[in-house]
Amino acid sequence: MSNMADVPNDAPEHCPGTQSEDAGKVSACAGCPNQNICASGATKQPDPGIALVKEKLSAVKNKILVLSGKGGVGKSTMTSLISRALAADNADRNVAVLDIDICGPSQPRVLGVLGEQVHQSASGWSPVYIEDNLSLMSIGFLLGSPSDAVIWRGPKKNGMIRQFLSEVDWGNLDYLILDTPPGTSDEHLSAASYLQGAGITGAIIVTTPQEVALLDVRKEIDFCKKVNIPILGVLENMSIFVCPKCKNSAEIFPASTGGGKKMAQDLNIEFLGSMPLDPLLARCCDEGKNFLTELPDSPAITALQTIMKRIVQKCEEDKENIPIDAH
Amino acid sequence: MLDGVKHVILVLSGKGGVGKSTVSTQLALTLKESGFKVGLLDVDLCGPSVPYLLNLEDKDVHQSSEGWVPVFADSEQRLSVMSIGFLLKNRNDGVVWRGPKKTGMIKQFLNDVVWQDIDYLIIDTPPGTSDEHITVMENLRNVKCDGAIIVTTPQAVAVDDVLREVTFCRKTGIPIIGIVENMSGFVCPSCTECTNIFSSGGGIALSEMVKVPFLAKIPIDPAVGKLGDKGQSVVALIPDSQVAQVFRKLVEEVTKSKEA
Repeated sequence: MSNMADVPNDAPEHCPGTQSEDAGKVSACAGCPNQNICASGATKQPDPGIALVKEKLSAVKNKILVLSGKGGVGKSTMTSLISRALAADNADRNVAVLDIDICGPSQPRVLGVLGEQVHQSASGWSPVYIEDNLSLMSIGFLLGSPSDAVIWRGPKKNGMIRQFLSEVDWGNLDYLILDTPPGTSDEHLSAASYLQGAGITGAIIVTTPQEVALLDVRKEIDFCKKVNIPILGVLENMSIFVCPKCKNSAEIFPASTGGGKKMAQDLNIEFLGSMPLDPLLARCCDEGKNFLTELPDSPAITALQTIMKRIVQKCEEDKENIPIDAH
Repeated sequence: MLDGVKHVILVLSGKGGVGKSTVSTQLALTLKESGFKVGLLDVDLCGPSVPYLLNLEDKDVHQSSEGWVPVFADSEQRLSVMSIGFLLKNRNDGVVWRGPKKTGMIKQFLNDVVWQDIDYLIIDTPPGTSDEHITVMENLRNVKCDGAIIVTTPQAVAVDDVLREVTFCRKTGIPIIGIVENMSGFVCPSCTECTNIFSSGGGIALSEMVKVPFLAKIPIDPAVGKLGDKGQSVVALIPDSQVAQVFRKLVEEVTKSKEA
């Protein structure tokens, strides 16, 4: 994947890439201000960030990515729900959420900490605590106003993610859950490459039932395979809608091609479960309220608990079966 | 660049899954039904939805001496489409590219596609305010761009991101045509009770806050989703539906502002 990642933004045309064998040596490099650095071989060294991240995250047991090729399927909602469920299930379990959606951070809102600030200490940035055992870091905390846009190209986003991974003082964590933006581009590649030393436990893939979403989600699964991220499973959100008045259910996003379950079967990935579409859940997220305590009887909660337990089980299994990643 | 194109309209949203591609394709189809020649350019490189939504997934782009020939969605060649989806060998292949490669691809889309004398070019974008958007904006500096239609859903969590997109347009000088609120309410097929699944009123509140016209409110209609899968126009097939009325009005708005 390095050959896709290492052509700088302002590189001359036909730049071979800083990690390439030909870096600094081909005709396109003539006149490039970085020709000497490339030719010296310094750029072919692994990014020092990888080692830094590994050290900083050495006390983090499980690192989970929440991914989806498609936007608006509920990555942030599911991230917040799973992390809240994980934290509520066991008071001794430490959980943290890292929001690497740089252009559209949603976690401060859905976790109810909009407007909070992060503080700098000697050991790094302190995340914002939602519960005693649940913390969050997001670029949303660094913006002056909610309307501020982060108009950044890839390299700046990459730098921010590196800082988030290497300079936040998480403490001892059982679960670090990374919420991602849609797509298969800079943020995803940055997270995958900076975490390659520390090791990624696995990815949770979120989808909705309709084919137009599955289409992009399959691309995300292809991405995971390309960059060697193990997949914990697929989770289908907004599966059915139960009318609050007549209690009949309706398919708002019809699963014309079998939905997430069929896709998981076809691609030989575990299907973790379906979450029904509950308008009250959407409202809780908008208001940053804890859905678990606000609406304990919702069928969505039952589904969530099952999914959370299965994730814990899979993470524990992985620890036993797979030796510590050594690349 | 874009020599044969009279008007350029961007479809933007900070948030994903709000219906940018659905609005883009239905707007293109409605403009076509109204007698215009239309082009639709999909610059969402990691998640191209337009080929699927127009039922053109198996089509190929051809190279001619003048450049890339877009795919025609109809036999009269009044709707031409370009997307990275046409260039992928397998529909499940991920495009795992960082910014500079995406920038190069979009430049090619803007420079090398032969749009033949079209009235409107609709550009469908991915969510966010990053490489794709900056590239499109920079390259359109020398072309007159009519402006952007911003799509949102009513939830606060979507409106947050859309507000950032408005800031992006303001900072980069892209005029905003207006805001469209999608997925406004769902009418239960059994009891016709309308539920605001994703809450309500977010789009109007946003338009008032940022002083941008509120163009339309599109209800959730699973029939539209189904038509969308086959590349058919809501206006042509279910002309009496609320969604069709919304799109006719939207086209009126868009074409009116051109004459003024």
